[in-house]
Amino acid sequence: MNVLRSRFTQAVLLLVLAFAIFKFGIRPPAPWSVLTLYMAIVFLATIVYVSSDSDSWREFLGPLRTTVMDPGKRPLRIALGIVIPVLLGYYAYTQAAAKPQAPPELRAVHPAPPASIQFRGKEITIAGVENPLRKDTASLGKHVAAGGEIYIKNCVYCHGDNLDGKGMFAYGFNPPPANFEDPGTIAMLQEAFLFWRIVKGGPGLPKESTPWNSVMPAWEDRLTEEQIWQVIMYLYAATNQQPRRWESSH
Amino acid sequence: MSARRRAGALLVLLGLAVLALTLPAAAQDAAKEPAYRAFPLLGSRLAVWAIAQLHLNFAAFILGVPIFAVIIEIIGWRTRDARYDWLSHEFVKLTFAAFSTTALLGALLLFLFAGYYPKFWTYMSSIFFPTYGIYAALFFAETFTVYLWYYGWDWLSGPRKGIHVALGVLSNLFGTAILLVANSWVTFMISPAGITESGALKGSVWAAINNYTWMPINIHRLIANIVFGGTIAAAYAAFRFLGATSDEERARYDWMGYIGNFVALSAFIVLPFAGYYLGREIYAFNQTMGITMMGGFMSWLWIIQAILIGVLFLGSNYYLWLGMERIPGSERYRRYVPMMIGILAFGFMVWATPRSMVITLDEARAMGGTHHPVLGFLGVMSAKNTAVNMMILTTFLSFVLYRRANRISTRSWAGAGMLIQWAALVAAAVVVIFYGVYGYFVESLVRIGFSVYQVMAVLGAIVVVMAIDIPMFRGARSTGAIRWGTIAPRSQYVLIILAVTFTWLMGLMGFARSGIRQHWHVYGVMVDKSVDAATPAIGYAANVITVVTIVFFALVMFIFWLGGLSDRGQAGAHGHAPAPLIAGGSDEQA
Ligand code: HEC
Ligand code: HEM
Repeated sequence: MNVLRSRFTQAVLLLVLAFAIFKFGIRPPAPWSVLTLYMAIVFLATIVYVSSDSDSWREFLGPLRTTVMDPGKRPLRIALGIVIPVLLGYYAYTQAAAKPQAPPELRAVHPAPPASIQFRGKEITIAGVENPLRKDTASLGKHVAAGGEIYIKNCVYCHGDNLDGKGMFAYGFNPPPANFEDPGTIAMLQEAFLFWRIVKGGPGLPKESTPWNSVMPAWEDRLTEEQIWQVIMYLYAATNQQPRRWESSH
Repeated sequence: MSARRRAGALLVLLGLAVLALTLPAAAQDAAKEPAYRAFPLLGSRLAVWAIAQLHLNFAAFILGVPIFAVIIEIIGWRTRDARYDWLSHEFVKLTFAAFSTTALLGALLLFLFAGYYPKFWTYMSSIFFPTYGIYAALFFAETFTVYLWYYGWDWLSGPRKGIHVALGVLSNLFGTAILLVANSWVTFMISPAGITESGALKGSVWAAINNYTWMPINIHRLIANIVFGGTIAAAYAAFRFLGATSDEERARYDWMGYIGNFVALSAFIVLPFAGYYLGREIYAFNQTMGITMMGGFMSWLWIIQAILIGVLFLGSNYYLWLGMERIPGSERYRRYVPMMIGILAFGFMVWATPRSMVITLDEARAMGGTHHPVLGFLGVMSAKNTAVNMMILTTFLSFVLYRRANRISTRSWAGAGMLIQWAALVAAAVVVIFYGVYGYFVESLVRIGFSVYQVMAVLGAIVVVMAIDIPMFRGARSTGAIRWGTIAPRSQYVLIILAVTFTWLMGLMGFARSGIRQHWHVYGVMVDKSVDAATPAIGYAANVITVVTIVFFALVMFIFWLGGLSDRGQAGAHGHAPAPLIAGGSDEQA
């Protein structure tokens, strides 16, 4: 019980516990980059905790000091002298060793849209534009149904029949197709943003967001303007989300 | 010191002379001149970037420090407590030392603009020429008043103290006005206004000055500069504390560090609100720019910002907790510390959770997309606003506990008062969390409005708690005097870390401010056609900022060292300032 009351043990336990929670408590598993970030924060907080008053700090340093100074602790020192460098070496190895996997990518998922785009030789404004079909309140249902058909014919292979990004081809792509159910995709975007993305696809992404190897096709040659607005309506209707509105400028 | 003083004055004059000489010349030769020249070795962009940031750092320092120096002077004047007068003088001394360096860097920046970006400079002058004269005049006026303020300290003391304080206020007004003018240039580059299609000035220059981002940046910067001044002054005190040789000196600089940190912390707490206001105005000016800033290639920058701000929150609370050790009676409040660390750490984690994560393909597959289905919830604004508001409340709680550490209220209603205080804090926390969660169920536009309610709840709680706290502890029974100087030395390293972190943060945000213009000198008006038109990667920017920060601190150390030299030469100058109360029997810690 005495061991548990030692500040040093408490700190170590706290770290181990936090790691266990982050590692096994988050499902699906959190990406390694996020895990590292969280652990760094917990580590910092733990250090602050043990050193926030002098008694506790002295207590925390106690075992460290005896390990370094105490003649009786020589075997432990030797053991640590071997284990720590080995661990560091192992870490260096994991960082440097070639992996059969592409390195993690830092991507900006939603680049800024252009103010206007060329669509089949016609200039279409993006900034501030609403879905024109929504004005036609009488036939909203018809447009959504048409959009659904377009979706099934064109998009389902990648974006999935549940619109969750798990279409049958999805497994082959990196970045994977967007999951429209996620609150971080279409729910926080204006419809005009979607319009631009669907028209221009991966190839039309702006210069500042390259390198970006998105397989999202450019649909401008295959779908008409109206069809694209329809499929957008379907995306929102099927996921039960509202598009973001434009802020009125003052 | 007097040689330096003369050198400083010379530099200022030199700057003004350069200003007067280059401008007409630049305007005349515009036709013949190339649009760009290449700065040797470094390249023009890097040269301008580094010098501009250094200039900004110094300018922020000489703007921020006098603001609280004058407040402290007023406190000293009203309470007749000589300690404050000493401290205020000490702060102005620091400002004064940094004055000439600021001017030198400003003149250098001007050279760089006129010399290496002549076309850009000509264009800016075509719009803003009337403001240049005002800027120069203001700078002159500020220099002059600060000289008077600093050198008139003894002369204008006693019955004439009022005049002296007025000088301090005046120099701050000039300083703030300088900031406003300079901000009009930089904000015009982000969100130009008042011009025709071709970029010529339409009506008066006022429309160009009063552009979309001008006021928000004025506010955000002014507050940030006060924080910055506070952290640097606290770092200076820490530096002196660590080098101190006597208990008296330690006590004095411990106190100075505390005041610097206190000022920084008070302003820091409102900075997030000012930041959101600025962000909103950028969106309102141009959605594309807003998205570039928050969601596009700069989204990673905000993760770094979140980490830095997390460090600032944790660090300043930690400093307060360590400081409580020197206050007899504070033991009562120790038990709150673990809870506060918990909230801060959790808030930190939420704030730093990226919206777009760095993931490998396998991880993306396991997550079923690029967004994590659980952690994704922490990546959006609702969560982040909630986190930062909770962190602000916690920091405020730390401060309240610190304030009452050695006091026991003698009021009959103290129990009820404390109950209301706790209720106010809890109510604010509930409102913040409620709107944070509710934000997930409404559309974006409504959600943005929620952050206003959260802010109001937090500010409301702060007002209520303080309104009760001040009368409640008036005439309170003391459990012992603060043992200034006995704080654990590691607290002083925390002060230094805070200053460095804040400086770095300033550099980073400066990069954000310029970077959102992308390949424009003046957004949508004047394209950047130089070789450096591409926006640099964040890693590169981080390296530049790191070097600039190191250079800044090297210069500051040098200046402080000079300040220390003159002190040693004339020990006892302003020695009428007694040390803050040192408790009898110093119980030094191991
Ligand atoms: C070949 C596979 C594929 C097909 C077919 C496909 N997409 Fe995509 N789509 C992707 C990928 C991969 C992404 C994610 C990367 C990106 O944003 O470019 C994506 C992203 C998107 C986005 C951007 C979401 C966001 O959060 O920014 C929209 C909108 C979209 N797709 C709509 C559609 C529509 C509508 C169709 C059918 C007309 C369709 N996609 C067909 C692969 C596909
Ligand atoms: C706790 C929150 C924040 C802190 C501590 C903070 C701090 C700072 C600092 C120190 C600066 C430099 C000021 C200067 O150079 O004088 C700055 C500038 C800036 N901040 Fe913030 N900020 C915060 C929140 C935000 C938010 C939420 C936004 C926008 C969404 C924002 C946008 C900016 C921008 C664009 C600049 C550059 C403007 C300039 O150069 O002055 N900040 N911030």
